[in-house]
Amino acid sequence: MAAVKLIGSPISPFVLRTMIALSLKKVEYELLPEKLGEKSELLLKSNPVYKKIPVLIHHDRPICESAVIVEYIDQVWPESGYGAILPADAYHRALHRFWTFYVDDKLFPSLVAIGKAETEEAKAEAVEQFRAGLRLLEEAFVKLSEGKAFFGGDQVGFLDVMLGCFVVWIEAMEEVLSLELLEEATMPALHGWVVSFRAHEAVKEVMPESGKVVEFFKMIRAMRMKAAADAAN
Amino acid sequence: MIFPSTAHGSSSVGTRDASRDLFPCIECLRRRRCVSDNLTRGGVPIEFFHISVLLRPHKSPPHEPHPQEATMAEAVVLLDVWVSPFGQRCRIALAEKGVAYEYKEEDLSNKSPMLLQANPVHKKIPVLIHDGKPVCESLVIVQYIDEVWSDGAPILPADPYARAQARFWGDFVDKKIYECGTRLWKLKGEALQEAKKEFIEILKVLEAELGDRKYFGGDAFGYVDIALVPFFAWFYTYETCGGFSVEAEAPKLVAWGKRCMERESVSQTLYDPLKVYEFVGFLKKKYGVE
Repeated sequence: MAAVKLIGSPISPFVLRTMIALSLKKVEYELLPEKLGEKSELLLKSNPVYKKIPVLIHHDRPICESAVIVEYIDQVWPESGYGAILPADAYHRALHRFWTFYVDDKLFPSLVAIGKAETEEAKAEAVEQFRAGLRLLEEAFVKLSEGKAFFGGDQVGFLDVMLGCFVVWIEAMEEVLSLELLEEATMPALHGWVVSFRAHEAVKEVMPESGKVVEFFKMIRAMRMKAAADAAN
Repeated sequence: MIFPSTAHGSSSVGTRDASRDLFPCIECLRRRRCVSDNLTRGGVPIEFFHISVLLRPHKSPPHEPHPQEATMAEAVVLLDVWVSPFGQRCRIALAEKGVAYEYKEEDLSNKSPMLLQANPVHKKIPVLIHDGKPVCESLVIVQYIDEVWSDGAPILPADPYARAQARFWGDFVDKKIYECGTRLWKLKGEALQEAKKEFIEILKVLEAELGDRKYFGGDAFGYVDIALVPFFAWFYTYETCGGFSVEAEAPKLVAWGKRCMERESVSQTLYDPLKVYEFVGFLKKKYGVE
């Protein structure tokens, strides 16, 4: 009976966050994927408030919300694997948490809006909003990394995990929609960061294959368009 | 900009002294806890420094401290707006820890250069500036306060699981209360009914989580209490606009709010619910809601 279980699968960027954290800490766990369109008894029991993945179950106690889970993992296994995820000093922790709020409240919704846009105009607007957000993160990266590879400096840190989970989705959407979202010309530092992040052993171990994410994105787009067409008839 | 006359509980609609309209009550300032009762600045007790800074006329230039006056209070500055429940979270946390700080009231229709520089991403309050370094987002600020002034009573519990629960519920309050509550006073008709249904559901979830505990943190006042309690002063507005009774839907939550108000950090920070209602009335006019 595994002491650590994780409900979800890495196609979800929020589940991927928690998997990256567990991988950084070299913690063994049992992955319990959900079936698309169905919610298991275990999920409903473990996350009655939101009924969403990811849920970490540690010694039979559930922890929900990806940012909460990553902080929990960091606190329970402080020195394991690659060491601390949250920065050592309070001010840097505050900065990583601030930017995580930004990623979750502003950046991620604008990424979703790109995928959901039904007109060229709506798509262009969503793309511009997303790029504007990335430009802010470019600046933040330059300040926080202090010339090193990650937001956490030499080590993969909290913000690296919280933002890095979207990399494979950004790339999938760029491919399917023939767009450039993470523009190398205007975001050179972030571009370099993506390469470093993807190359990290702990990240490579859990990152889903690009092809799988592309297929998944195409599938949910098709489902959404069909649902819209059905509703219109 | 509306400045209410007192920050503690009493409804003083009729008998306001003009100067008390502009400045926080002197009693509040006297009771604002300093790091040490012996703390002075140039021989003057620090509480008088608070008063001298805050009693400056509203429109005059900012106080320029004497170069030799390096103070505990100036090391910590809070950019805020009196009625903001997000700002109040920070004020309560600072008070619980006994941290001396300088409070700067912002005029959101005319944001100060300091605010724009400290929070360029959102240009919003609250912002805590500690030794010149800005911290933004109220719950990030509360965690920062807890970590930096770690010798005071802890705001987040030490146990990782309890801490995770506290973060989860703090996040729940953050995601749900303000957004749904705002719909209660901004919307009408079916949209209002929808918001009312949702808000009551949120209250019931919180009531169930609180259960029979003294505070959300158990016996100790903590993170979730701090995240939620500023909205206690908004319950009157929400129930009046929404056409329901918070006490009828969530009696334990109301009892909890009253218990929190027995703490000085809370009673000195929250404004009279009637003042909040008056403020929302002003917002409704501004947004053309009626």
